Amino acid sequence: MSTAVKAARRALIWLGIILVAGYGALAAGVLTNQTTLAPGLALDLAGGVQLTLQATTTDGSEVTEDDLEQAVEIIRKRVDASGVAEAEISTQGSSVIVVSLPGDPSDETIDLVRQSAQLQFRPVLEINNPGPIATTDTTTDPTAEPSASADPGVSASASPSASADAAAEDASAAESANAASPSASASASASAEPDTTTDPATSDDPAAGTASDLSWITDDLRAQADALNCVDPANYLGGVALGDPDTGHAACAFDGTLKFLLGPVELTGSEVDSATSGPEFNSTGGLTGRYEVVINFTSTGADVFDEISQRLIQLPSPQNQFAIMLDGVVISYPVMQSRISDGTASITGDFTQAEAQQLANQLQFGALPLQLELQSQDVVPATLGQDQLQAGLIAGLIGLILVVIYSVFQYRVLGLVTVGSLFLAGIMTFLAIDLLYWMIGYRLSLAGVAGLIVAIGVTADSFIVYFERVRDELREGKSLQAAIDRGWKRAKRTILASDAINILAAVVLYLLAVGSVRGFAFTLGLTTVIDIIIVFLFTHPILVLLSRTKFFGEGHPWSGLDPRQLGRDTLYKGRGRVATPKTQTLAERKAAAAKGEEN
Amino acid sequence: MAGNLAQWGNALHSGEKIYPIVRQRKRWFAISGGLMALSIASLLIFGFNLGIDFTGGSKFLVTTDSEDVSIAQEIGDEFAGDSEALATTLGTDRIQLQMGAVEIETAREITTALADGYGVAEADVASTQIGPTWGAEVGRAALQGLIVFMVLVSIVMTLYFRAWRMAAAGLVALLHDLVFTVGIYALIGFEVTPGSVIGFLTILGYSLYDTVVVFDKVRENTKDVFTQNRFTYGELANLALNQTLVRSINTSVVALLPVASILFIGSYVLGAGTLRDISLALFIGMAVGTYSSIFVATPLEVQLRKNEEKIAAHTEKVLALRESGEADVLVGEDGEIRVGALQPGEHLGTSAQPKRKRRK
Repeated sequence: MSTAVKAARRALIWLGIILVAGYGALAAGVLTNQTTLAPGLALDLAGGVQLTLQATTTDGSEVTEDDLEQAVEIIRKRVDASGVAEAEISTQGSSVIVVSLPGDPSDETIDLVRQSAQLQFRPVLEINNPGPIATTDTTTDPTAEPSASADPGVSASASPSASADAAAEDASAAESANAASPSASASASASAEPDTTTDPATSDDPAAGTASDLSWITDDLRAQADALNCVDPANYLGGVALGDPDTGHAACAFDGTLKFLLGPVELTGSEVDSATSGPEFNSTGGLTGRYEVVINFTSTGADVFDEISQRLIQLPSPQNQFAIMLDGVVISYPVMQSRISDGTASITGDFTQAEAQQLANQLQFGALPLQLELQSQDVVPATLGQDQLQAGLIAGLIGLILVVIYSVFQYRVLGLVTVGSLFLAGIMTFLAIDLLYWMIGYRLSLAGVAGLIVAIGVTADSFIVYFERVRDELREGKSLQAAIDRGWKRAKRTILASDAINILAAVVLYLLAVGSVRGFAFTLGLTTVIDIIIVFLFTHPILVLLSRTKFFGEGHPWSGLDPRQLGRDTLYKGRGRVATPKTQTLAERKAAAAKGEEN
Repeated sequence: MAGNLAQWGNALHSGEKIYPIVRQRKRWFAISGGLMALSIASLLIFGFNLGIDFTGGSKFLVTTDSEDVSIAQEIGDEFAGDSEALATTLGTDRIQLQMGAVEIETAREITTALADGYGVAEADVASTQIGPTWGAEVGRAALQGLIVFMVLVSIVMTLYFRAWRMAAAGLVALLHDLVFTVGIYALIGFEVTPGSVIGFLTILGYSLYDTVVVFDKVRENTKDVFTQNRFTYGELANLALNQTLVRSINTSVVALLPVASILFIGSYVLGAGTLRDISLALFIGMAVGTYSSIFVATPLEVQLRKNEEKIAAHTEKVLALRESGEADVLVGEDGEIRVGALQPGEHLGTSAQPKRKRRK
């Protein structure tokens, strides 16, 4: 067996190994339910809504990568909380976020996604157990509720960001809160306008007429709070309704361990200048071993916070706490320990470094002057996606059949090698797309399908380049095996050069392009790589092996490699006979010319 | 026909039959130049018919058996405001309503109105809204991609051929294809969408691919041009062109067949959309690309190298020898010099040697 044949067999075995290993992995993935056999489809084929959001700053500063990541994180939380499965959120360039929501998401979900971050500071009125309170008749019996808040010990100990003393006081706090507010819960007629001076019960209370006034707890709010289930992740993961900023509100802690009844919004993210985290120092400048989060307010924010701090330090727990809410969820609820007049508030507690960092990030994001502007919205119904996929597949099939017919017509049986190569390339592409879906979540889009179909032509091109090269060598009078050997050496170079250009084009398109162009570039690049693999590991080896067969080796008229059809009979006819080439030599031509002159 | 094409290929390969494309390059340059001028003129006069992806706007698509566009048109007129609404039928079972950019809330109202009007579920109405600034962004990204690609490709081409003239000729052919395709878009008024831009960018890759294959053969044929005095550089380059002609036709047909099938399905079944936009641009571009790789790239390369000192001297010497009748060249019946491949004989391996006939 010659080395060429050995190399060819080795190449075919490698191809077999690649395919078997790939499909083996895929089968294992499918059987263990880690992936599916059908490739992942992008929105324009599966149906769904795609939103392009551009982050812009309101103060004209540059959007940094961190800002954008924070924004993506918040959007992800909102989407997760809305219950949309398999949503994809990605960034493009320096300021663009693309959100893909599969299926038929509600208008509310879409509105939620395009909202800016909402940071609110509300005073705490009451802290309760997280679960809903199943009172049969909440409106007629307002005194039934306090019993529910009588057991705060369990939840208080689970409160990670409240300072330790807050947790200790919590039990009595809840009681005192209830005790101190008999008029609030009893006055069924309390309107949404509590800073009325007609309420005598609260006139000597420092909270009276402020956002800390317990009369904000109206019957409606009480009912709303009772119904609120903070154990349900949907209510504490984010993206919860913000509530009317001018009235009281019920909300959950970020971890679902507590339920808050809160006063109206007193400060928003726009009054926060920055937030940082770091180790806490004591008064002598030594490290306490704990971490703190420092919030710097703007000058107007500092004034408002000064007022709040003066009021809150006079109030009993839990009214001396204020809740910081991001997207409708309480992310921190520190106790006000002293008056803060310089606009720099420090939140301390049993934070780990990471927790402190996260809180600072959340505050920072809420404080970001970042607006998400909806740039484009694309709604694709599932039926339309199916139609498009079907049309794409039919187009691909027609294209494939036409290419097969043409190459069999042109190259006879050799054309079947093209068919086989295309078939294998198809199997490998399917495998690659499936595996990419599994590994990196790649989804095929309509533009991607178009890329695959166009690739049929490009892939077949490389076979044609090769076959024509071999034919050229045959025309030079070489034997088939020598022609394949030499033709391959030359075609290899050409195929690699042109494939390199294709890959270059695909990479540039992928890196620079926006939206659907990417899907096209990706499949074009992918199929080009597969084309190289197939040409090297299948088309050439199989041709080497076929050239050893009688059918091809002797140049059967139907083989597509018949030297006689290619205008060149082998010169040596055997038994000492040599075919004379038809071309004139110089001597013959001169003789002919001389003859012509004579005549 | 297959046999004929192969035999035609044989004749082209051996030089029996030859098309003097390089010698007639002035003619092809004139044609291409004229087409370029026409393209640029129509670009300047008509400009692009930019789709809403670039200008901003909204589009609604209802899948329905009804062919009554008036319902959609009325709804469009009602909501369009300052912009103009246009309802059309698309493909076999679609109605499209296109108008200027609207707020997302308005878009929802329009969706509801269309669903009611045509009696389909709201979830079956497709809609697209694109803000004007975003459209401009998409356009800029496309242009940027184009420029970066051109720069990268010039570098790669120059490195690969190690000759700037070949790279330059290849790039001119590339620009030729792009300008011509874009010109056709401007002239006929095809809508330019991101899909078309994908097409334009892919044309670049395809055009280069075609040119690389031809140039590879040119390089091979002219490798030993100075060691012989029979043929000029131009004649050998022309031979390479003729020898790759069959391949050029075959690859073009094979590449165009799938594109044509997407174009057909995209236009007649779906009416419009990504598939049609990509394939239309590709179809025009690939056809032009085949033309340019034959009639523009190589002739231009010869033109560029013609005045290179070494080549000019060599050409003169070859022609002088021919004049004196000492050159060993064959003249065809039509008076054309028969240019043959310049390949010295070589050992073709032991398998090519005569085998002893087995005696019976």
